[in-house]
Amino acid sequence: MNLRVVDRPEVAPAGKAPVRNPGFPLDLDWVGRIRMNRSALERRAMTIGTRRTVKKDWQVAWLLRAITLMDLTTLNSDDTSGRVERLCAKARHPVRQDILDRLGVGNLRIVPAAVCVYHAFVETAARVLEGSGIPVAAVSTGFPHGLAPLDTRLREIEASVAAGAREIDIVIERHLVLTGDWPALYAQVKAFRQACGEAHLKTILGTGELATLTNVARASLVCMLAGADFIKTSTGKEKVNATLPTSLAMIRMIRWFAEETGVEIGYKPAGGIAAAKTALDYMALMKEELGTHWLTPHLFRFGASSLLTDIERQLEHGATGRYAADYRMPMV
Amino acid sequence: MNRIAEIFESLDYGPAPESPEPALAWLASRGNAFGHFIAGKWTRPGKTFASDNPATGKTLAAVTDGTAADVDRAVKAARAAFPGWSALSGYERARHLYALARLIQKHSRLFAVLESLDNGKPIRESRDLDIPLAARHFYHHAGWAQHLAREFPGLVPYGVCGQIIPWNFPLLMLAWKIAPALAAGNTVVLKPAEFTSLTALLFAEIVEKAKLPPGVVNIVTGEGGTGAALVDHPGVDKIAFTGSTEVGKRIRAATAGTGKGLSLELGGKSPYIVFDDADIDSAIEGLVDAIWFNQGQVCCAGSRLLIQESIEERFIAKLKRRMATLRVGDPLDKAVDIGALVAPVQVARVRDLVKTGVAEGGQLYEPDIEIPGGDCFLRPALITGVSPSHTVATEEIFGPVLVAMSFRTPDEAVALANNTRYGLAATIWSENVNLAFDIAPRLKAGVVWINGTNNFDAAVGFGGYKESGFGREGGREGMTAYLKPGWEAALKPAAPPKAAAAAAGSSEEGSIDRTAKLYIGGRQVRPDSGYSRPVHGPGGALVGEVGEGNRKDIRNAVEAARAALGWGTGTAHNRSQVLYFLAENLDYRAEEFARRLRAQTGESLAAANREVAAAVERLFAFAGWADKYDGAVHNPPSRTIALAMVEPLGAMGIVAPREKPLLGAVALLAPALAMGNPVVLVPSEAAPLSVTDLYQVIETSDVPAGVVNIVTGSAATLGQVLAEHDGVDALWFAGDAAGSAAVEKASIGNLKQTWTTRGLAYDFADKAKFEGDYLLRRATQVKNVWVPYGA
Repeated sequence: MNLRVVDRPEVAPAGKAPVRNPGFPLDLDWVGRIRMNRSALERRAMTIGTRRTVKKDWQVAWLLRAITLMDLTTLNSDDTSGRVERLCAKARHPVRQDILDRLGVGNLRIVPAAVCVYHAFVETAARVLEGSGIPVAAVSTGFPHGLAPLDTRLREIEASVAAGAREIDIVIERHLVLTGDWPALYAQVKAFRQACGEAHLKTILGTGELATLTNVARASLVCMLAGADFIKTSTGKEKVNATLPTSLAMIRMIRWFAEETGVEIGYKPAGGIAAAKTALDYMALMKEELGTHWLTPHLFRFGASSLLTDIERQLEHGATGRYAADYRMPMV
Repeated sequence: MNRIAEIFESLDYGPAPESPEPALAWLASRGNAFGHFIAGKWTRPGKTFASDNPATGKTLAAVTDGTAADVDRAVKAARAAFPGWSALSGYERARHLYALARLIQKHSRLFAVLESLDNGKPIRESRDLDIPLAARHFYHHAGWAQHLAREFPGLVPYGVCGQIIPWNFPLLMLAWKIAPALAAGNTVVLKPAEFTSLTALLFAEIVEKAKLPPGVVNIVTGEGGTGAALVDHPGVDKIAFTGSTEVGKRIRAATAGTGKGLSLELGGKSPYIVFDDADIDSAIEGLVDAIWFNQGQVCCAGSRLLIQESIEERFIAKLKRRMATLRVGDPLDKAVDIGALVAPVQVARVRDLVKTGVAEGGQLYEPDIEIPGGDCFLRPALITGVSPSHTVATEEIFGPVLVAMSFRTPDEAVALANNTRYGLAATIWSENVNLAFDIAPRLKAGVVWINGTNNFDAAVGFGGYKESGFGREGGREGMTAYLKPGWEAALKPAAPPKAAAAAAGSSEEGSIDRTAKLYIGGRQVRPDSGYSRPVHGPGGALVGEVGEGNRKDIRNAVEAARAALGWGTGTAHNRSQVLYFLAENLDYRAEEFARRLRAQTGESLAAANREVAAAVERLFAFAGWADKYDGAVHNPPSRTIALAMVEPLGAMGIVAPREKPLLGAVALLAPALAMGNPVVLVPSEAAPLSVTDLYQVIETSDVPAGVVNIVTGSAATLGQVLAEHDGVDALWFAGDAAGSAAVEKASIGNLKQTWTTRGLAYDFADKAKFEGDYLLRRATQVKNVWVPYGA
């Protein structure tokens, strides 16, 4: 294989924007060579939180960084404009200013990486966030099942981009993975990418429904070859969402892809990440497996909502030394 | 800039210290000085040495250097406690073991911190692995205590066990030793390693709290001399040792002829084999657990990396990258991978070996990572460009140093893997179940991990092949290391053999001269010496002549046996068929064999007939055993199966008893063959003709060439040659005490397993004793193959 387009994948050249994934031909031979050993991945995943831990100031700093890596999300069937406005307001001020001041970081820009909503609320979110620099991400393509007619899904992406979404989270058709129809998956994702235009494409694999970690890894590669900017675990609606072993399978594919192509792809675990400690485990996993520079909004996101409150509580604890209560944090 | 803001940018790891204070406070509460724990009481500190924290060089406590008198007191205390302890019901002993497990758990953090302070291992490992596993061993063996009589009928404890443990997993090794010993009803005197006595002393407090009867567990601290006193003490019934192969050999020599039980868990240079169809990233992560676990101070460390050539370059590149993210640091920091080696002397040894590796042409890679100051920290190291002829490829380094080689084919991987004196563990990475299960049985190692490494559990036996020792720890197979048949204790000394007076005349009047040759590699061959030795009947009459075998004949016979090792990898059904066929053909000529026995021994015809019939029956018995004495599937507490495979020992030497010249030889030969061991047999020196007559029986029974080799001659001389031969994997010697001691002593060259009768009157005609698994267990070794699974 020689798909290399960038020579030094580890460090993006200073001052230049990182290379966006141009997409590559579907390489079924590569797909077929992928091996993921579940037990081994679990052993690694199980020990990441015991091999690496951050305490005191380090924990505070890492948690602040975690906020900036967050796609603050609401994806419920009963969302309303009011709910989305509240979320956006929280995005502008994710941590109580007194906490930040007390930590001595009142001047740091701590805002989530994006706000993620259904298409119906893209306009609302874009309006409320105007001037904040926080982009709006839309879940698209028949979220969460991804089984609407292809044309409908492509139009949905275009509509969301037109409504102001700068990032599009698409879902793949899980049956294409389960039946090994990689050419069809590749073609669809490629079409989605095209429909995105300048908007960044995150592909949701629905890992909880892909049965094996080898499937997860193969689907990851096919999406990356098709031009995905991010690969993402879950819609949050599957029975099993983001897990550390699944994440390991995906980020090791990201690493392999970077080794072969020089192109760095982002990773977004989503669903079920609600505790600050869990977020730190994910960050440690990224730092260990892919390197510290992957922990930037350009290459890593948490899909989360309640996580923010827990982090805010931990930050207050860091600032005061007293344990905090959630009702004292402005609601997400 | 504010520190938080800085870290917000850098995302560095900060310190995450575990406090040493509770452990230091415990040491202070003991005055930072310890005596021994004997008969449930603490002795006053005697002449002491310092136990240091290797990470800081600071002394933690003064520990008493045990004298021979201390050892004697401890052994006597254990002896005094033995009758009471072994007479407790299994349930009562189970309750004691359960209490020990609970108490370890209750004080787990104190144990963990103390262990890391004393040994230098990262707190993550002591907290998450050493201490929980130690507790698990006591829980597991509580169950064995209760079910002992049911599950091990006829077996009894040895008595007083002397146990000597190493410094790399101090409390865990203590648990591996003490838990099965106590479960089986033994009492113990344990000597911890001089570098790391402290958790054993804390354990002694636990023993007090658990209200174990005084003397059941005795802890005597000290250095090599203390260990030697324990090994040499006549009141000790069994020695269990974990440590270096060098010391293991000394212990084998010291216990030779004493009749003491012995189990040895020694060094290793374990291969870590990666095939091109492996999950490569996982195989690399596995290496972190294999060689950078416990600073590489692990007897079963995967220290020899064997990579399929087609993926070598990519693998090494990825490995180097992984090494660069390892963190070496304060053992009490919760976020370090590698702590301090146990002592400066070990660091010097590792450095020397690395230097040798580079001098011999290896390329050294050490990641450019920070390490703390102090005498005991080393960077993880990888040496590539290594060949089997390099020192670092064969010597156990016992540090964080990996050596790497490549292979082309599965066969070559096996050959390279087995190209070592050791045989403790091996690791295989492949996603192909056919390949993995082809390789696992061919690796000469007591533990094989497939797609994982350094898995341990109390339910799964652990122990080595070859110079990595013998005996198992954990599981059913581990329990048998602390039990022996009750009838052995009742054996009386055998009557001395009657000297046969040579007399004129021959009993074979009129027959054509028949001088038996030797039987080697499926052919009757003349002895190298060109001499024959006479065989006299009871009245002194010459009944025949046999070849005078010498060391070269033994050499040839062992060569033939080694060429026939495939006997053990063929089907058990086939071995069974061959043994039945032998029985059938011997039975056909029963009358002739009976006559021959009578001519040599003078026994009555009825007795001779009985002996032949018993030999036939014995062959039948083991033909029946061949496909039934098999392995087990263990259940460790993870999504893993562990296959306990019963494997032959290899090429075996058997020196048959003088008495019962036919049955005695068959009684030993049959179980050895049934389990797949090719044999070099030295028949009864006094009456070898009953075995040389077997040549024709063997030749007509489809026995493959080299599976049975027979060399007649002096039992003592030939036994000695067999004992010294490095190509002989095990030796059974049925003979006098002096000969038994001599072969045991001579066995240290390759640490072959020995079984000797030491001049005791074993009755090989006794079916209750010799038709069962007594010899099967001694003809086999258990290999545990761990297979984690999951789609």
